[in-house]
Amino acid sequence: MAVRKARHLTLEEGGFALSLTILAFLCLIVAGRTYDQVLAFHAVVLTVAMLAGVFVIFRRYFDEVNQPAPLEIDDRPNYNMGPVKFSAWMAVFWGVAGFLVGCIIAFQLAYPALNLDLPWTSFGRLRPLHTSAVIFAFGGNVLLATSFYVVQRTCNARMPGQISPWFVVLGYNLFIVIAGTGYLLGVTQGKEYAEPEWYADWMLTIVWVAYLLVFLGTIWRRREPHIYVANWFYLAFIVTVAVLHIFNNASLPVSIYSSKSYIVWSGVQDAMVQWWYGHNAVGFFLTAGFLAIMYYFIPKRAERPVYSYRLSIVHFWALIFIYIWAGPHHLHYTALPQWASTLGMTFSIILWMPSWGGMINGLMTLSGAWDKLRTDPVLRMMVVSVAFYGMSTFEGPVMSIRAVNSLSHYTDWTIGHVHAGALGWVGYISFGALYCLIPWLYGRRNVYSLKLVDWHFWISTLGIVLYICAMWVSGIMQGLMWRAYDSLGFLEYSFIETVDAMHPYYVIRAIGGTMFLIGALIMVYNLIMTALHSEEAESASEPNSGLVAAE
Amino acid sequence: MDETYAFLANFAQTGGLIYFMAIFAGVVIYALWPGNKDSFEEAAHIPLREDD
Repeated sequence: MAVRKARHLTLEEGGFALSLTILAFLCLIVAGRTYDQVLAFHAVVLTVAMLAGVFVIFRRYFDEVNQPAPLEIDDRPNYNMGPVKFSAWMAVFWGVAGFLVGCIIAFQLAYPALNLDLPWTSFGRLRPLHTSAVIFAFGGNVLLATSFYVVQRTCNARMPGQISPWFVVLGYNLFIVIAGTGYLLGVTQGKEYAEPEWYADWMLTIVWVAYLLVFLGTIWRRREPHIYVANWFYLAFIVTVAVLHIFNNASLPVSIYSSKSYIVWSGVQDAMVQWWYGHNAVGFFLTAGFLAIMYYFIPKRAERPVYSYRLSIVHFWALIFIYIWAGPHHLHYTALPQWASTLGMTFSIILWMPSWGGMINGLMTLSGAWDKLRTDPVLRMMVVSVAFYGMSTFEGPVMSIRAVNSLSHYTDWTIGHVHAGALGWVGYISFGALYCLIPWLYGRRNVYSLKLVDWHFWISTLGIVLYICAMWVSGIMQGLMWRAYDSLGFLEYSFIETVDAMHPYYVIRAIGGTMFLIGALIMVYNLIMTALHSEEAESASEPNSGLVAAE
Repeated sequence: MDETYAFLANFAQTGGLIYFMAIFAGVVIYALWPGNKDSFEEAAHIPLREDD
């Protein structure tokens, strides 16, 4: 039995314990005094979570093995992979949940009776649940897991902190729960992709600052002189999302006992800030963060360095300087001055260059190793994801042009475009990263079954093709029907006629989405089997040369 | 009002052009500087030479 060595509470442990206790007490007061039932429910959840956090901190402190984990063991970094594993599995869970809700609302659009005539299952509440679950819960956990993995590995250093990394991953997922249950219970500030109300926004701000500090702290103690390009992209993602989040959620609560708040910006300024946020959620959350995944996981899987490191530098600076201006293209033909939406449109078109530069850099990494596409379905998934990235970053600037936008805006074409990027690019690069990450984290040579990855790939790809083709046809048809006039100058179609015409495409879209979900379920089985399945038995029967080649 | 707009628009158009071109030129020169070639080559291999 180990001898228990006396140890003082570290500043980090004490700080977290004290802050969580104070905040838990505040939440308890809010829960007791509020007239708002949803806020009371959320305050109770937060109180319980924070007190559980304090309990765990002291449970750890009084534990026999109470020494902080060493930074290095035998002169090699002692990486902290616990939080990485946790967020990787949370990504898997939220991914399936988010895709499932997406399928439900897709079927609701085709068959409205499926909203069950209940407020909690109505389209208006489930739609933000779907978007937040796939973008922030699935995508966010993929980014947390991969960024903590990549920054440690490429810096040759352990993440700083004993409590902080866990605070980041647990706090972020608690934010998801608060936000998601809020939507179902009718709490929303009505801003697209920024629906959570003020208290959830504050919570995310605190967690995000901790995330930034843990990430920067790892870079600070790196043993590698150069900061690898993937870390630049992750850092741009973290910093920009923080700034966007704060500006777009600058709202004043009616009272601290109310879940309702009002934004400080008014009128068109608010619309401008909202779409500056909204488009950069695409540019920095769904692009910069996932490009970081591309720059680490594709070279690693293909076993060759990125095609051009110089191009990656130009790619990075061009992308972040240009993306930030593209937001106003969401506000053509609105109260926003025309010069502002023209500015947004112009920058969207300039974005072709860095986007395609990055795509070429990702694809050409495989030059000389294209045969791996045939043999390795994981690499194929990531390469197809980069191809989808190229496709949707070509389509986006086209749709931002005012004349094209007059046809495409408010139609299903936009939904199709978004899903080409979300399912094809973000989804596939995330699946590819998870197929790499889970075996690495569990010390396996590869996933449980490459055959199943193949099935996942083909079923999902067919699903995406059905989805985006249905939405192209339906969207362009819808746009053309809205603007059709008869010989006397009256509108040719009533609105309900356009809705009726879209029904078959909505059914095709729902089928496509369901295929994507089936693919993801195959992945879940495969990843769980990868973690559970021990390779000791099979490697014992194999000759040693196989092991050497795998390294 | 009109004068303020014209002044700001003019400043944004000329200033913005110079600002973006200068940054872009700086980045391209940094990326293509011959002296940096070796360190970038080295950096590109970071993911591949991790110890396991």
